[in-house]
Amino acid sequence: MGLTTYLTSLSIAAIAALLLAAKADDAVFATHAWIFIAACGLAIIYQLRTLDSNRNMPEKRDGYLDGVVRAGVIATVFWGLVGFLVGVVIAAQLSFPVLNFDTSFTNFGRLRPLHTSAVIFAFVGNALLCTSFYTVQRTCATRLAFGNLAWFVFWGYQLFIVLAATGYLLGATQSREYAEPEWYVDIWLTIVWVAYLAVFLGTLWKRREPHIYVGNWFYLAFIVTIAMLHIVNNLAVPVSFLGVKSYSLFSGVQDALTQWWYGHNAVGFLLTAGFLGMMYYFVPKQAQRPVYSYRLSIIHFWALIFLYIWAGPHHLLYTALPDWAQTLGMVFSIMLWMPSWAGMINGLMTLSGAWDKIRTDPIIRFMVLALAFYGMATFEGPLLSIKAVNSLSHYTDWTIGHVHAGALGWNGMLTFAALYYMVPRLWSRNGLYSLRLVNWHFWLATLGIVLYAAAMWVSGIQQGLMWRTFNELGFLEYSFAETVAAMHPYYVMRTIGGIFYLLGAFIMAYNLWRTVVSPTTEKSAIVTPEGGQVAMSGSV
Amino acid sequence: MEYEAMRQFADTWGLVFLVAIFVFVVVWIFRPGSSKLYDEQAKIPFNDDGED
Amino acid sequence: MFSHKIIETHSMLLLILSLVVVSIGGIIEIAPLFYLQNTIEKVEGMRPYTPLELAGRNIYVREGCYACHSQMIRPFRDEVERYGPYSLAAESMYDHPFQWGSKRTGPDLARVGARYSDEWHVQHLLSPRSLVPETVMPGYPFLATTPLRTDNAAKHLKTNLMVGVPYSDEMIKFAEIDMRAQADPESDDIDGLEERYAKISIRDFDGNPDMLSEMDALVAYLQMLGTLVDFKVYEPEKNLR
Repeated sequence: MGLTTYLTSLSIAAIAALLLAAKADDAVFATHAWIFIAACGLAIIYQLRTLDSNRNMPEKRDGYLDGVVRAGVIATVFWGLVGFLVGVVIAAQLSFPVLNFDTSFTNFGRLRPLHTSAVIFAFVGNALLCTSFYTVQRTCATRLAFGNLAWFVFWGYQLFIVLAATGYLLGATQSREYAEPEWYVDIWLTIVWVAYLAVFLGTLWKRREPHIYVGNWFYLAFIVTIAMLHIVNNLAVPVSFLGVKSYSLFSGVQDALTQWWYGHNAVGFLLTAGFLGMMYYFVPKQAQRPVYSYRLSIIHFWALIFLYIWAGPHHLLYTALPDWAQTLGMVFSIMLWMPSWAGMINGLMTLSGAWDKIRTDPIIRFMVLALAFYGMATFEGPLLSIKAVNSLSHYTDWTIGHVHAGALGWNGMLTFAALYYMVPRLWSRNGLYSLRLVNWHFWLATLGIVLYAAAMWVSGIQQGLMWRTFNELGFLEYSFAETVAAMHPYYVMRTIGGIFYLLGAFIMAYNLWRTVVSPTTEKSAIVTPEGGQVAMSGSV
Repeated sequence: MEYEAMRQFADTWGLVFLVAIFVFVVVWIFRPGSSKLYDEQAKIPFNDDGED
Repeated sequence: MFSHKIIETHSMLLLILSLVVVSIGGIIEIAPLFYLQNTIEKVEGMRPYTPLELAGRNIYVREGCYACHSQMIRPFRDEVERYGPYSLAAESMYDHPFQWGSKRTGPDLARVGARYSDEWHVQHLLSPRSLVPETVMPGYPFLATTPLRTDNAAKHLKTNLMVGVPYSDEMIKFAEIDMRAQADPESDDIDGLEERYAKISIRDFDGNPDMLSEMDALVAYLQMLGTLVDFKVYEPEKNLR
C-alpha cells in the first residue's frame, strides 16, 4: 500500500468513527468510537514522524520480520502482568468482599471477564501471535508474507483488547463466557483475525522448506478453528447499529451448546493446539534434539483437532440439554485423554537422553513443568467429564482449580519458557541477564500454582459435598450461606497463591528488561548456580 | 430425520466408518519406508541454526 | 497415489482438511438441536419477557451476575429440595442469550422469583451483608439511583422479534408505556399491560415511587424467574429425551 493511500484510509476511518461518536446511541459506544479515533490518530502521527527515518533506513527486506515479534513479546509480558494482577484482585474480592467497593466499575461481575480476557486473549493471544510469527519464519526459512500486514495484525489485536477491556468495565458484555465483547468488537476481531490467517498462510506459501513443520500445522489449525468458533458463537442482532447492545441469534438450549462448543474449543485451540505448536518448536530447540516421534505428532494432531470439537457438552451435563448430546460430549471428552497424552509424552520424551538438563537448564525446567501440568490437566479434564464426577464438581471451585492448573501451569510456564528463549535472540544478546532470577521465577510460580490448585480442590469438593448433605431427618444439612462461609480460608489461600505467581511474573519482567537494556558486545559468562551448562547453549 | 434413525446410523455405520479412518491413518503413518521422510521433517527447526 | 506428503506440502489442503475435521463434531452435535422435535419440552405458561423484565435481564447480564449465579437446576434430590423443580429447556426458550451459568459462588436463581419480598431484594442488592452476613456478593447501590432508560424499549422488543421471540405488534407498539406501567400500580395503562402479558406482577418494585430506576427493572426480573411454567399440568414422562 502506498503511503498516501495508507494515510487517506486512516483519515477516512477516523472521520467515519467521528460520525459514529456523534450519533452514538449510548455512552459506551461513543467512548469506543473515540478510542478508535485515537488509534487512527496515533497511527497517522507515528507515520508522519517516521517519514524521514524510514526513507533513510529501510528495514532489511530479506531477513526475518522480527520487529513485530519483539513488540509481541513486550505485549505478552505487559498483558500477562495486567491479567495476573486483576486475577489477584478478584481473588481478594471473593475473600474480602469489601474490596468490591460497590461501584459499577469495580464489582466482581465486571472485573471477572476482564481477568479471563486479559489472560486468555491478551496474554496468551499475544504469546501465540509472537511465537507463531517467530517460528513460522524460522521453520519456513522466509520472511513473513504481505509486508507490514503483520504489524496491522499486532496493533489491530491490541486495539481489540483495549475495546474489550474498557467495554467490560463500562458494562458492555454479551455474557457469553470468554466471548463477552459486543458485536462491533467481534467484527473488528474478525477483520484482524482474517489478516492474521493471511499472514500465516502466505508465509507457508512462500516457504523455502519443502515441508510444513508439524508445529505450523497446530498453529494453522488454531487460527482457522478460532475463526470458525468466533464467527458462529457471536452471531447476534444489534438493537441499534449505533449502540452496544445486541441479542444472540440463538436462544436457550441451542444458545447454551453453541456457547460451550465455542467455550471449550477456545480452550482446545487457543490454549491447547496453539500451545502445542509452540511446544513443537521451542522444546526441541532448547533441548537441541528433534522431537521424539514425528509420526506420533501427526497422529495426535488429527486425533486432537477431531475429538476436541465434540467435547463442548461436558459443560452442560445434567442440564436441560438432551441426553444424547450430553453422552456424546462425555464419551468424546474421555477419548480426548489419549491424543492429549500423546502430545505430552512426545514433548517429554524429546528430552530423553538429556534429562540432566532439567537440573542445569532453568528454561528446560519450565518446559518440563508445563508438560507435566498439561498431562495433569488433560487427565483431570476427562475425569471431570464423567457424569457421576461432574454431578459433584460442576458449579464448584473444582472447575476453577482445573482451569488454572492448565492455564497457570501449561500455558503460563510454556509462555515463560518461550519468552526466556526468544528475548536474548530477538535483541541479539548473549544470554539472559540472570539465571538466578529465572530460578526464583520458577519456584515462585510453582509454589503459587500448587497453593492455588490445592485450595480449589479442597474448596470445590467440600462445597459440592456440603450442598448435597442431608441430615437424619431428611432435610438439607447446610444452608447455602453456610457453604459460602466455609470457603473463606481456601479463598484466602488461593489469593496468596496468585500473589506468588504474580511476583514471579514481575521478576521475569525485570529480568527480561535488564536483558534487553544490557550492552550487546560483552560476552557475558552465564552459568547456573551449579556451574553447569548455560541456558543459551547452542545457537547464539 | 428423526432421533431414532440418527441414533441407529451413529451406532452402526458411523462407528465403523470412524474406526476405519482411524486405522487407515495409523497404518499409513507407520508404513515402512517413511522413516527417512519423517526424520528429515523433524529436523526442520534446526535448519536455520546460526541465523538467529 | 495419495500420500501424506501432499498434505504436508500443500498449505491450502492442510487448511481445508483441518477445517473439515473440526467442523464435523459441531455440526453433528448442534444442528439436530434446531430440528429434533423433542429438544424443547411441551409446557404451559411460557411467555416473552415484559419490557421491564427484559430491561432487568439486561442489567443482570451487564453486571455479570452469571459469573456467580447459575439459572439451571439439575435433576438431583438436593437441588430440587433447595431450589425447586429442575429446569426445563422450555423455560429458557426466549432467552437471548441463555443465562444457565457455570459457577455457583452464590445460589442458583432459576426459581428465585416470588421467594423473597421486593423489600428483601432491594435491601440485599443495596447491602448484601446487612441481610446475609456470610455472603461475598458485591453491593449494587447505584442501581437504585440510576434512572432506567425507557426510550428504546420498542427497539429491544423488535430486535428480540427478529431473533425469534414472539412479540406481537401491539406489544412492540406499547413497549415504553408497558415498561413504565409495570412499576406503577396507579397507572391507567395497567389494563392493557395485563392483557398483553399473563402472570405479571405490577408493583413499585424498588419502593421509590418518584423514579423508575434500574433497581425496579432488576427486581421485576428476579421476581418472575422460574414462575411461568405451570408444573401442575407438566408431564415429565411425555418429554423423556
